[in-house]
Amino acid sequence: MSILRLFTRSPRRSAPAARERLQVLLAHERASAGSDLTTILREEILAVIARHVQLDADRVTVKVDRDEHVSILEIDVEIPLDAARAA
Amino acid sequence: MGKVIVVTSGKGGVGKTTSTAALGAALAQRNEKVAVVDFDVGLRNLDLVMGAERRVVYDLVNVINGDAKLPQALIRDKRLDTLFLLPASQTRDKDALTEEGVERVIGELKKYFDWVICDSPAGIEKGATLAMRHADVAVVVTNPEVSSVRDSDRIIGMLDSKTLKAENGERMEKHLLLTRYDSVRAERGDMLKVDDVLEILSIPLLGIIPESMDVLKASNLGAPVTLADARSAPAQAYFEAARRLAGEVVPVTVPGDKRGIFGKLFGRKAA
Repeated sequence: MSILRLFTRSPRRSAPAARERLQVLLAHERASAGSDLTTILREEILAVIARHVQLDADRVTVKVDRDEHVSILEIDVEIPLDAARAA
Repeated sequence: MGKVIVVTSGKGGVGKTTSTAALGAALAQRNEKVAVVDFDVGLRNLDLVMGAERRVVYDLVNVINGDAKLPQALIRDKRLDTLFLLPASQTRDKDALTEEGVERVIGELKKYFDWVICDSPAGIEKGATLAMRHADVAVVVTNPEVSSVRDSDRIIGMLDSKTLKAENGERMEKHLLLTRYDSVRAERGDMLKVDDVLEILSIPLLGIIPESMDVLKASNLGAPVTLADARSAPAQAYFEAARRLAGEVVPVTVPGDKRGIFGKLFGRKAA
């Protein structure tokens, strides 16, 4: 390490990276932990919407987020533009 | 009826046994009757940390199997009259624990003690699930480090689904005990901060135990840190956590907030 680096060393912080990685990972793991419920919901919601709009099964995500007091069920359905028009 | 606490974490080596001993002793130092129960069958260590390793005659498995009565297996602490230890078996494995057996022993302990503190083994197997099964309150021990936080999240999920309380539709009371916290490194941005961990895990904070030599010193001597050096920073933090467990409203001391006179005179700004 050069002497210069001692003075110019920019503080590259690692904690924000840890925090970010955990938030992404845990959002994913929490969703798959309650896999029974989310899978069933996903299938049934998909079936209902598919009755009216053509959609891609891979473009439907069901996520459960946990908070101190409530859990949030997040359903994200992507409807292709032409499918919506056709309906 | 006493309250049953499980001290759990998922990950090993984060301070479950240390915290069980320290919280148990801290509550007993308030003159409350406390039983600490080692659920780590096959790898018992609570006896060693509490300095009772040479006094173990009967253990949890013996009581479950009916080889011994509960009073025969309980070891009274030599320093505190109101603190008792129920050791785990060292020669058996976790399959020796049965659901009914554990229920009976916990039920009996609850009758005689104000607090029954169950030291969970690491992992998410039978030993860990049985340790949390009958709990009224959970203390989730977490280090400010990614793998520990992830495992704690997993354990919180289990506390909300696999415990008796959860199955009865009741809300499981959970508290975060952040251990091995180094405020200087956190301030520098090289360790997750208290608020980071709280935000990620979303459970209320029971206390912050600073990283300290005093914890190792205490376990070397076979004494809970609250007994070995009651004035040390980790001991103070455990006393504070114990008061909070007992229902007192105490503001959380963040280690490093209070600097001594020398710190004030010579201390650099941490940030």
